[in-house]
Amino acid sequence: MSYFHRHRELTPYLLLAPGVLFLAVFFVVPLGFLAYQSLESGNIDFGYAFTWSWSNYWHALRDYRAQFVRSLEYAGIATLLALLISYPVAYWIAFRGGRWKNLLLLFIVAPFFVTYLIRTLAWETILSDNGFVVNTLQSLHVLGPSGRLLATSTAVVTGITYNFLPFMALPLYVSLEQIDGRLIEAAEDLYASKLHAFLRVTLPLSLPGVVAGTLLTFIPAAGDFINAQLLGGPDNHMIGNVIQSKFLELTDYPAAAAMSFILMAAILVAVFVYARLVGTEQLTGTAV
Amino acid sequence: MSSIAVPARSRRNTLATTLGFVRRHLLTAYSILFFAYLLLPIAVVILFSFNHPIGKFNYTWQGFTWDNWRYWDGVPGIRSSIVLSLQIALLASIVATALGTLIALALVRYGFRGRGTTNILIFLPLSTPEIVLGASLLTLFLNLNVVFGFWTILIAHIMFCISFAVVTVKARLVGFDRHLEEAAMDLGANEWTTFRKVTLPLSAPAILAALLLCFAISIDDFVVTYFNSGNKVTFPLFVWGAARIGAPPQVNVIGTAIFVIAITVMLANVLVQMRRAKRVS
Repeated sequence: MSYFHRHRELTPYLLLAPGVLFLAVFFVVPLGFLAYQSLESGNIDFGYAFTWSWSNYWHALRDYRAQFVRSLEYAGIATLLALLISYPVAYWIAFRGGRWKNLLLLFIVAPFFVTYLIRTLAWETILSDNGFVVNTLQSLHVLGPSGRLLATSTAVVTGITYNFLPFMALPLYVSLEQIDGRLIEAAEDLYASKLHAFLRVTLPLSLPGVVAGTLLTFIPAAGDFINAQLLGGPDNHMIGNVIQSKFLELTDYPAAAAMSFILMAAILVAVFVYARLVGTEQLTGTAV
Repeated sequence: MSSIAVPARSRRNTLATTLGFVRRHLLTAYSILFFAYLLLPIAVVILFSFNHPIGKFNYTWQGFTWDNWRYWDGVPGIRSSIVLSLQIALLASIVATALGTLIALALVRYGFRGRGTTNILIFLPLSTPEIVLGASLLTLFLNLNVVFGFWTILIAHIMFCISFAVVTVKARLVGFDRHLEEAAMDLGANEWTTFRKVTLPLSAPAILAALLLCFAISIDDFVVTYFNSGNKVTFPLFVWGAARIGAPPQVNVIGTAIFVIAITVMLANVLVQMRRAKRVS
């Protein structure tokens, strides 16, 4: 009899141990340090001391309210746009893709194969002042002769929507693909129109995908600072830009830590509400 | 009565089929537009890798040249950044996949106390914004006076790759026939032999998929790396630095090369799947 046979109940823990320990030390513990740091006061020259400095939080909310609101606003608009843009395509691939499904899915994730920063720089090229998009909009008088797209909220939202679109499209596709076609046929027999059948059967059955896609898009979008940095101007800065510059340029660690925590707390609340609604297994299942 | 009703119904049917036809093709047309939008920036990246820019900004088309491809490492720092990115991606994907596969096995095969907590622990890094992952690791390393560099980058990459590896392997292990393992055990193999001779070969495709995914995520990562790199420069960090003063076209060359390699691997995989599906049907 091997050791494993006598202690079978230990096997799962032995399998888990290395990975879970790694995550504990380099994911959970750092969050503790972040929380600790967020309650410190002082400065980089004289050192920081833990003083239960809750004021870091109030000051962050007071001074950077605009950036917090803007982050949620941009991320919200981009998520909604991504949902509206990709739902019909996910539907098309799921129900009409046939044997081309996998190839079409590959197209959906194709942007991920171009380095994130490089594809954002490509948008900078596309939206640049002498680019064809600006020229076209100017000739249509949508934009004034000196109007531009770069350094506007439109450019930032465009970039965010594009960059996180596959996160929305894939879970939508997964949930649409799982729908039994016979249910829709039955619905079409029972309800008057295809529209009704869609609204009453297909749409509700695809809701897990909608919720998963929304979370997977909204979470990274709310914390993003690359799009705002490369496509926006100072007026378009999001909370990620502030956190980044406080940490890496101004070395105001406690304030930056407090802001990170506010951002994460807001997002965690949303995720836990969702986890309660659908269960953790399904949540991690649809995340692929 | 019936002589009136029949043409009315057939008219309604033609109307319905016409509407169906229009709708179906509307959806197809829309999908084509969607893919054009999705692929447009990729086309721009590839096109501008052949641009011959005047001045530092590679924004407007000036003329065709092979020079950027011929002198792909003609910009100081670009070659070393690519080497570092490859090293990190290779090591991080191997370690993360190994750790992730073990967790996935435990989650799929065993009922144990703490399953729910483990699931949450795996899911949390996926649902935490990258900036928070990067910032919290930064505070850990700062407070422990760790020197930033290769090792801090590697640790960071393993950390955010583990969850992806777990989810990928788990998804494939769920549909795995346990009878094969039971048969091996009945024939006298112990758990370790069964694992080595049956479980591991059968889950090889899943493990390979996890490796590739982790490699891709690692080589593309900017945010977490930016917070934990010290003065080391990975390729995405190089692009970020270059973008501030105008990114050279060589950046597009490397971007195109990474894209072409990745898409070739994936395309080959998809084609194999399609052929297999065709053979089965």
